[in-house]
Amino acid sequence: MSSKSYKSLSDDIWKNRVDKINSEVFTLTYGSIVAQLCRDFTYAEVNTQLEKMGYNIGLRLVEEFFAKTGLGRCTSFKDTSEVISKIGFKMFLNITPTVTNWSGDGKQFSLILDDNPLTDFVELPEDNNAANELWYSNVLCGVLRGCLEMVQLDCDVYFVSDVLRGDPITEMRLKLNKFLKDEVPAGEE
Amino acid sequence: MSYYLAVIGTMDNPIYELEFGTFKQQNNGKSLLNQKQLELIPFIINSSLDLIEDLQWKFNKNYFKNYDNFNNNFYKLSCYLTFGNMKLILLHQLDDNLKNDDNIKQFLFEINELYVKTMLNPFYNVNEKIKSEAFDLKVKAVARKYL
Repeated sequence: MSSKSYKSLSDDIWKNRVDKINSEVFTLTYGSIVAQLCRDFTYAEVNTQLEKMGYNIGLRLVEEFFAKTGLGRCTSFKDTSEVISKIGFKMFLNITPTVTNWSGDGKQFSLILDDNPLTDFVELPEDNNAANELWYSNVLCGVLRGCLEMVQLDCDVYFVSDVLRGDPITEMRLKLNKFLKDEVPAGEE
Repeated sequence: MSYYLAVIGTMDNPIYELEFGTFKQQNNGKSLLNQKQLELIPFIINSSLDLIEDLQWKFNKNYFKNYDNFNNNFYKLSCYLTFGNMKLILLHQLDDNLKNDDNIKQFLFEINELYVKTMLNPFYNVNEKIKSEAFDLKVKAVARKYL
C-alpha cells in the first residue's frame, strides 16, 4: 500500500472507528502515574517500569490494531515504519511522527515526535537528575516493542532526545535485532 | 510606578513573588520600590489576608478591587481569589492618567490562567513554591502586556 492510502485509511479509522477521550484526562492520568513512580523509585527504575507497562500494553494493543485496520503483513521494515507512524500513532494518539535517519543497512530508524500529547503541561522537576535520567514518555518505547514482538520483529526501542529535557526535538530510535521464527510449543515436535 | 505581585497559598504561605515597574509611557519595567518598602510589603500583604477572608464569604465574586491600601491610599491592593482558595494579590498605585483599573483586572485573570497551567503539571504539588523559570518569564510577559 502506498503511503498516501495509509493516510486516508488512518484518517478514516480515526474519524469513524475509534473511541476518543478528553486529552486532558489522558495527559493528567499518565502524568500522575509517572509522578507517583518518581516518588517511589529512582529515575532509572521509573524508566524500566514505564517500559514494562508499555510492553504489556503493546502485547494487547496490537490485536486492537489489526482488528480496526484489517492490515496484512508488511512487505519490508520500511513498510513497517510507515505503518507505525501513519497508522499506529495516528490511530491511538492522533499524531504522525516523522520517519527519518535510516541507518545504511535499513535496520534502524528514528521517529521524530513533533507533538507529544503525553507531555502537555509537563515540566520536569528542577533537580538535575530528572533532566538527565528520566525519559518521561518511555511508555511509548514499551508499547512499540510489545507490538513489534507480536508480529515477529525483535526490536530495541529507546528515546534519544526529548524536548522536556531541553533538547530541540523528541526522537525515538527503533532498532531491528532479528525476525523471530514461529516457534513450535515445547513437547509438540 | 511600581507593582508587586504575590501568590499566597491556602495555608497563607507565599509561593511566588515578583516586583516590577510599569512598561507604559516609555518606562522600562524597572521597579521604583525602595529597600524599606520592600521589607514592609510582605507584612502589608499578609495583614490584608484577613480582609480577604472576610470579603470572600460576603460577596459572590472572586475579584476584589482595591480592598486594602497603605501609605495613605498611595498604594492599593487588589486580589483575585482562585476557586482553590489561592490568593493572587497585586500591590499597585492608582494613576488617573493611566486608567489602569481594567488592566489590573485583566492582568490578574491571566496570572490565574498561568497558575492553572502550573497546577496541571503532574510534578507540581499544591502550596509548593513555584520555581519554574517558564512561569516567571510568562508572568513578566503578561506584566509587560498590561501594566
